[in-house]
Formats: sequence, C-alpha cells, structure tokens
Amino acid sequence: MSEQSIGEFACEPERYELYEGSSSWELNRREFFRIVGGGVIVALLLREPLDAQPARPRGRRGFGAPMPREIGAWLHIGEDGTTTVYTGKVEIGQNIRTSLTQVVAEELRMPVARIHLVMADTARTPFDMGTFGSGTTPRMAPQLRRVAAAAREALLDLAAKRGNVERSSLTVADGKVVGPRSKPSFDFGQLTKGKKLMKLIGEDTPTTPAGKWTVAGTSVPKVDGRVLVTGAHQYASDVRRPGMLHGKVLRPSGFKAKLVSVNTRDAEAMPGVNVVHDGDFVGVAASTELAADKALAAIRAQWRTVAQPSDKDLFQYLKSHPGTARGFGGRGGNDQGSMDEGLTAADRKLQATYTVAYIAHVPLEPRAAVAEWSGDKLTVWTGTQRPFGIRGDLAGALKLRTEDVRVIAPDMGSGYGGKHTGEAALEAARLAKGAGKPVKLVWTREEEFTWGYFRPAGVIDVTAGVKKDGTLTAWEFHNYNSGGSALRTPYQVPNQHHEFHPAESPLRQGSYRALAATANHFARESHMDDLAHAVRMDPLAFRLKNLKDARLRAVLEAAAKQFGWGKAKPAAGHGFGIAGGTEKGSYVASCAEVAADRKSGLVKVVRLVTAFECGAVLNPDHLKNQIEGAAMMGLGGALFEEIKFAGGKILNPRLSNYRVPRFRDTPVLETVLVNRKDLPSAGAGETPIVAVAPAVGNAIFAATGERRRSLPMAPNGLKSS
Amino acid sequence: MPTVKELHVNGSKHAVDADADRSLLSVLREDLGLTGSKYGCGEGRCGACTVLLDGRPTRSCTTRVGAAVAKQVRTIEGLARGDQLHPVQEAFLEAGAMQCGYCTSGMIMSAVALLKDGHEPDREEIVRFMDGNVCRCGTYARIVSAIERAAGKMKGGAR
Repeated sequence: MSEQSIGEFACEPERYELYEGSSSWELNRREFFRIVGGGVIVALLLREPLDAQPARPRGRRGFGAPMPREIGAWLHIGEDGTTTVYTGKVEIGQNIRTSLTQVVAEELRMPVARIHLVMADTARTPFDMGTFGSGTTPRMAPQLRRVAAAAREALLDLAAKRGNVERSSLTVADGKVVGPRSKPSFDFGQLTKGKKLMKLIGEDTPTTPAGKWTVAGTSVPKVDGRVLVTGAHQYASDVRRPGMLHGKVLRPSGFKAKLVSVNTRDAEAMPGVNVVHDGDFVGVAASTELAADKALAAIRAQWRTVAQPSDKDLFQYLKSHPGTARGFGGRGGNDQGSMDEGLTAADRKLQATYTVAYIAHVPLEPRAAVAEWSGDKLTVWTGTQRPFGIRGDLAGALKLRTEDVRVIAPDMGSGYGGKHTGEAALEAARLAKGAGKPVKLVWTREEEFTWGYFRPAGVIDVTAGVKKDGTLTAWEFHNYNSGGSALRTPYQVPNQHHEFHPAESPLRQGSYRALAATANHFARESHMDDLAHAVRMDPLAFRLKNLKDARLRAVLEAAAKQFGWGKAKPAAGHGFGIAGGTEKGSYVASCAEVAADRKSGLVKVVRLVTAFECGAVLNPDHLKNQIEGAAMMGLGGALFEEIKFAGGKILNPRLSNYRVPRFRDTPVLETVLVNRKDLPSAGAGETPIVAVAPAVGNAIFAATGERRRSLPMAPNGLKSS
Repeated sequence: MPTVKELHVNGSKHAVDADADRSLLSVLREDLGLTGSKYGCGEGRCGACTVLLDGRPTRSCTTRVGAAVAKQVRTIEGLARGDQLHPVQEAFLEAGAMQCGYCTSGMIMSAVALLKDGHEPDREEIVRFMDGNVCRCGTYARIVSAIERAAGKMKGGAR
C-alpha cells in the first residue's frame, strides 16, 4: 500500500481505512515486569479473524494474509491492587477513556476510580492502527473485557490458593475477592503482592453478557472530567520541556508552489533565532512565539506557482478528471437486475445531481507537536489519531529506526477524522534537530485551515424509478470523488447500480467523520424524499414500504414517534423532514423541523430528533453527547460550511470567514437510544451525523417547495449567492 | 522595546520579563505555565483563550500583555479554591458539558463573567452572551444547561 510520506500533500480519500498493522511490540515477560513492577499481567494475543475486519478494497498488500500474533491490549494489577490498562487507542473527546474503563471495571468487579488507562504511547502501549472508523467500541472494548475477565479469574485462583478454600465458593466484588460471609476477604493488592504472574489469553475468553452489566451500560461520568474543568489537562500543545523553543514554518505562497529562492540572512542575524533550511523546508525556532513570528517574517522567499482550479470550476473538474484513489466500500460492483428494465417498469423517473463542497474539520486544538531529541532518539508529543502510523512516518522521513522514535498522543483537542497525519510532528522534529533543543510547533488556525486536509468534495448523480404505488423499480447512483462509504442503498430495489468514481482532487483531501456516508446519505435520502412526493406518499411510509432491514425500520419509527411525525402540522413557514440510514454497523434516523422565511432568506433548524441504535449501549449519557455533537457538526456541513479556494489558496481560512455552528444555531435536540442488549456494541462517533443534512433538506423542501441539492444548502440563507 | 516585569494573576504577583507586544495568552502559557487558557483561532473568534481582566471576559490571544499590566488577570487555574471547584466548574461536570474539553476553560471563564454578582440569565441571554465561544464538538445545549445549573448554585452572589 502507498503509505505516503507526511511531507507530501497528496492523500487519497478515506486512506485511513487502508492501513495494515505491523507490530514491533514484542512479547517479553521480563520486560513487562521491568516496566511496571510486580503483580499480575494479562495480555491478549490478537489474531483477528478476517471476518471481523472491515471490508477492504481488493488487492491491498497484506489483505487476506493472516496477521502475526500480537498483543492487542494488556492490563496490570500492581502489588498495591491498582489496575492499569494499556491500549494504543487515543482519547479524542469521544469519551473512550471512560467507556473502556467501564468495561474493565465491569469484568474486574472493581470501582472505576481505581482503574487507570495508559493510552496512545508507542513506548508503552501495544500497536494500534489508529483511532478512527468507529472501531474502538466494537474492537478494542471486547479485548479489554477479555483481559479484565481473565484477570478476575486469575485473582480467583490466587485467592483460592491463598485462603485454601474452594474456588467456587469465592466471588469478586468491589475490588475484593470474598468467600461466604466475607471470609476470607482479600483486596486485590493482597493477592498480587510479591507476585510476577503473567497470563496470555486468546480472543475466546468469555465475558459478561450485556444483559448482566452493572457498570458498563450506565452513565458513568467522564473519568477525567476534573482535569478538563480545571484546565490542568495537558494537551499536546500544552507540553513544555526544559529549554524548549517555539517553532514556525515558512509556508508556500499557495498549493503546489515550488521554492525558487530564499534569503534567511536577516532572520539568522536575530539573537536567539535558529533557522533550519533543508530543501523546500524552511523554519525557525526561537525563545518565544513572537520572536519566531518576527524571524519568519524576516525571511524573504520566492515561490513559483502553477495554475489550479478554483471552487467555481470544482464540480465540472471532478467529473472530467478521473483519478486512481480507491474509497472505502469499493467502487461498486454490486449491480443487480437491469436499469433499463427497472426504468421501463417505472411510472415516474427522477434524475438529479447533488454536490458537496469541501469542508474543514476545524478541531479547536490545531495540529501541534513538541519534539525532543536525545542523541539519535526522538520523542514527540502530538495530537494525532494514528500515533503508531506517525511513528513510522517519522522514522521513515528522518531515517531513524522505528524503535528510536516515541510518539505520545495526549488526550487531544478533537480530530473528527482530521488528524490522521503528522505534519506538525515532523516539522517540530526537524526544527528541534536543527536547533539542538526541544521545539514546540503549534499550527495557527490559518495553517490548520490551509495545510491540513479536507472532507472530499463530490458530485453524485442519481437516477431512480418508482411505481405509482410507491414501489422502487430502479436505482442508479454515481459518486464522483467524495467516496464509497454507504454507497449502496439500504432499500429494496430489484434493479440497481452503484459506482464510485475517483477523481483528481484539486485540494488535499482525507477522512472526515463518517467519510462519504454523509454525502451519500444526503443524495439518497433527498432523492427518496423527491420520489415520495412524486407518488404523493408520506416520506416515512414511502421509506418503510421499500425497506426490509428491521434495524433501520426501528430507528425510523422511533425517531418518527418521538418527533410526532404525521401527527401535528407544521406552523406557517415551518417544514418537517425525515431521513435515515446505516453505516459502520449502527443505524440512525433524524427528523428535523425547519423555520424558513423565503422573504428574508432566514433558515433555522428549530428541532432535531435523532434515534440511534448501535447494539448494546455502553454509556447512555456519553452516547447522547456524541449524537448531539454529531447533530451540531452535521448542521454546519448541511447549511453553511464550505471551503472557498482559488489559485492555490484557501480564501476563507479563519473562523471569521469560515462559519462553524455556534450557540445560536443550536436547535432543540432530542435523542432516542434504541438499546439492543442482544447485539454487540458498535461505535457511535460517526454514524449519527449522516441523516442530519437530508432531514434538514427535506424539511426545507417541505417548508418552501424548493429542493436544495448542494451541500451546504444555505450558505447565504435561502437566497442564492 | 518595552517589557512587562510583573503581572497580577489569580490573586498573586508574578515576576515576568516579557516583550509588551507578546500576547497575554502566550505569556500566561509559556512564561507562567498556565496552560489552561487555549489558543484556538488567534483572532478572538472562538473564545478558547478567554480570561478575566479586572472581571471582564477578555480574549487573551488578541490582548497584548502590555495591556494587562496593573490589572487583575484571572484564569481557569484561579477558579477552584484548593480542592473545592467553582460552582461553574461543578455544573459543567454535572451537565457533562464537554467532549474533548479544549474549549472548556474559555467556556467556563465566559460563564463566570456572565454569572457575576448572582446574575440569573435566561436561555436567550446565555446564548447571546456565549455565542462568541466555539465548541466544535457541539456540546452547546449541555453548556447552556450547565450555565443554568451554575446560576442556581450561585444565587445570592456567592463568588
């Protein structure tokens, strides 16, 4: 696979789904105990069966070959009874530090407060491909359950031996192993003291079913909430090291610009300023940010730019410039029946084109890194969703051995799919090397808007046929550039064709919360709404008529019920819209009420109801928080977020001209959790966003009679630009 | 160039030696180690850097440190009294009003300013007052609830 160096600005759509893992974390009992001290260690040996892996495009290196046995996660109960869990996952704000703690507490039968998670430190945690794709809950949580369950069993063994009693007479509760009438009673620390016991387990270790959960499945508060409200938590951008300097990097005058000449003499003459110049990389490090800014401003550079498309030509460009990238979900290849026959059988045929703009993630903490060298060894603190991937990137770019690079990703100031790359890490490392001191580099908001990557823009063509009675007969769906996630319709259509057409993207693009599932659901569910109106059917009834999937039906019905769909009429100037869908193993439906004033052009979402089902719920309150957050983020992309660009420059790279959702945009948010304790837990960070835009668009249509087929739908309110 | 030699932060005097043109935010973070105030946009449009300057909510990223001389600076680190959290901090925890937490310091400082002297704003006023603060994770509804909750705790002008 083409793991590109992070200095390059090309980045295939949804590339993050394509990484294969390779662990250098070696099993070494003595090493384990040297690091953590005595006690009990349980480690899970991973051999992920292929059917548990996300589907990948064919032909990827490594796909189809068994992965080596490696450690997925491990846990240590120290000699004082405290429990430390080691996982390569990153806390991005999605609250996995809490939910993963809960599953360990559940199986170990010990209080949440006595469990500590070490996360995302390449020197201490097992290899992990990255924190993305809603993968933590379905894949990491079961691993931690198993190591915790096995640790509990090990404690039972130790207690039976120590107390010389029947193992079956003992139970584990509240961090103790106890016999009948609390005799005997051992704290975990009493059992682990003086021990060096290591247990390796497989993925078949039994765990507690959701129906019997007492800690998992409850709304445990954020375990690290206190350090967030006191400002004590150290994000990567807060890390300070002795002697640390502040870095700045000279940016090209535009995308694809080449450095023709550079004069750094004035900057070098400034006291305390280090200039690093290596090929096209030019940067400075100085004792304060201001000093670094001034030094950077003193550098004179000439760049040669090339002509590039602008946002005005974007959609035409994407359709006329085929590319080679592959999107998650593949290009299609899931034809069924014949479109000709399907359209012939239809009473009504509808064809439409939908477009989606590039948008930015705008994580409130921009890319940031602190790099520190010790001889030829490098340590970097950086906010990234792929610490192990960044370690490899750094080793490759700096010609280091992987084991000489340590990447630590402190709980970060969000990402939303936008921090899979490690630009700031590499830049800080180069500056630190050149300056001979630790260097912190925090990207400005403008740099973050410009030199990160965007959610892919795209064009989607849909052709559909329907009978008078509302039966779908034909469905053809072409996605240009935005991606293949959730490409296929979940509705029953006898004749269908789906295809993803990669394109040459004018801007650097990559993953974004829910990937292309947002774009594909927008087009599909808008089109479904049009079809329902074409045959004069209620949009909910029309969907249900063509839908067999019981889980999707259940969330549509749950959202409709909470919303009161079909009961009340909207107020004057208001409209109701509904949309639903599925992605990454979870199901969502949203109902929106929109107030639209065609005269003034004002449009506001006043109420948004979301029903969501992701199997057994791990933490209801945190799940609601994710759903509400996805709703808010979804409103931005639905209504007004849009990257403007021309001539290789971003035209709105600041919060003063790129509008993100704010307090005033917040509708009444209602969430309905459909808790399926009989089903495995799926992730929830992404899918709740996918039905927002079409539900809002359908509500705008209901209010105004006007169909808006471009995201964002109302960048200037309802007036055309 | 003019330098700032002393700042009053969270009730104490701190000796510094900072170019007066540097931002208050950078001096708080880098010279005093008060990293609770965050950089988010650099133009006062996100509120992550909000501190109180003589009690008024101020964007420290666009404030020269020279402008803070002889004024009382209060940051997120100065809210709790020992282990006792400020009522606004408590309310944010109780309402679960955060995800990544990067905006939280600025949100809390803005809310503290809003609730000064036992003021009890209604929802509309909260939304209007807080609209300059961005939570990209989208926890706005929870933050509004947290501020209402905090207002209840602070009735009578406590703190």
